Amino acid sequence: MTGAYVPRRDRLWFTRSRRYALFVLRELTSVFVAWAVAYLLLMIAALAGGGYDGFVALARQPWMIAVNGVALAATGFHALTFLNLAPKATVVRLDGWRVPAWMIQGGNHSAWLLVSAILAYVVLRSP
Amino acid sequence: MTEESIRLEVARYRPGQDEEPVLVPYEVPLRPDWAVLDGLAYVKDRLDGTLSFRWSCRMGICGSCGMTVNGEPRLTCGTFLTEYGTGPVRVEPLKGFPVIRDLVVDIEDFLAKLSSVRPWLVREGEEPPLTTEYAQTPAQLDAYKQYSMCVNCMLCYSACPVYVLDPDFLGPAAIALAQRYNLDSRDMDDRFDVLGHEDAVWGCTFVGECTNACPKHVDPAEAIQRYKLTAALRSVLPWSRR
Repeated sequence: MTGAYVPRRDRLWFTRSRRYALFVLRELTSVFVAWAVAYLLLMIAALAGGGYDGFVALARQPWMIAVNGVALAATGFHALTFLNLAPKATVVRLDGWRVPAWMIQGGNHSAWLLVSAILAYVVLRSP
Repeated sequence: MTEESIRLEVARYRPGQDEEPVLVPYEVPLRPDWAVLDGLAYVKDRLDGTLSFRWSCRMGICGSCGMTVNGEPRLTCGTFLTEYGTGPVRVEPLKGFPVIRDLVVDIEDFLAKLSSVRPWLVREGEEPPLTTEYAQTPAQLDAYKQYSMCVNCMLCYSACPVYVLDPDFLGPAAIALAQRYNLDSRDMDDRFDVLGHEDAVWGCTFVGECTNACPKHVDPAEAIQRYKLTAALRSVLPWSRR
């Protein structure tokens, strides 16, 4: 359209509001989720290939502990925010009654905690 | 007694005169029952008749008076001056749209997107004129009613960073409107050809701001995520329609 003003693209849009910043943070934490998967695969490969002692030595390095500490916090944040969004994609109706979002969120968080507790029990139990 | 006033900082863009929008301050009365739209009307009636903005119903139904108020997309008829304390209140055109003049944005692209989703009941195997009645149960009405409340105010587009960065994105309201018909028991289309590609539902990164901005509680983010599931199933099971 002649004479219309077309605003310039705002490359710092995610700094303009707290909610935008939280969204970008949620997306960026995906990198740490990928890291957690890669780390798990490396551990399985070390277990299967006989290099587990080397993997443990690597895992004990202070920088690796720091990276994994950050990864744990980031994946926790990612999981929480991801599960909180689940009701948007899942509309559950029971005999015409729509299950409220907090119940779907609660169900997801409960299932997550249950699976985590089972895994923690399996991993941490005494041999 | 002197009446209290509040400062409106209004974005002015006069084609041929301004290179880009500039903020112009106006003092308007601060009254408890005055919305931002009343303040703009005061400016136009009493202070500067050249100010341009859209409005119609003044009661949150027509969706005409959407603007950016202190950085947030709002219907100015439902946003009261008293929400901003002593001010100032910055009023700008909706983000993400070309500005025609002052607070008036170009909505042609939005209208084209709306019509592209076939926002009407699609029937197959029937020739007009259609004379049959199609009764619905309350549950069938409830399945899509929320999405039918959209007033096309475009606040969701302005709040959506995906649309602002990529104007090819079909956008929240158009997808919610498509879902309004997809979920209608009388409709026989699924609009997969329009919705199931990267500039439509797959372009949405689920920021969720469309839902926060919606003054009618349509929840476009929900409509989009629900259709992602539909589209995924449709891709895996191409014979499934709904």
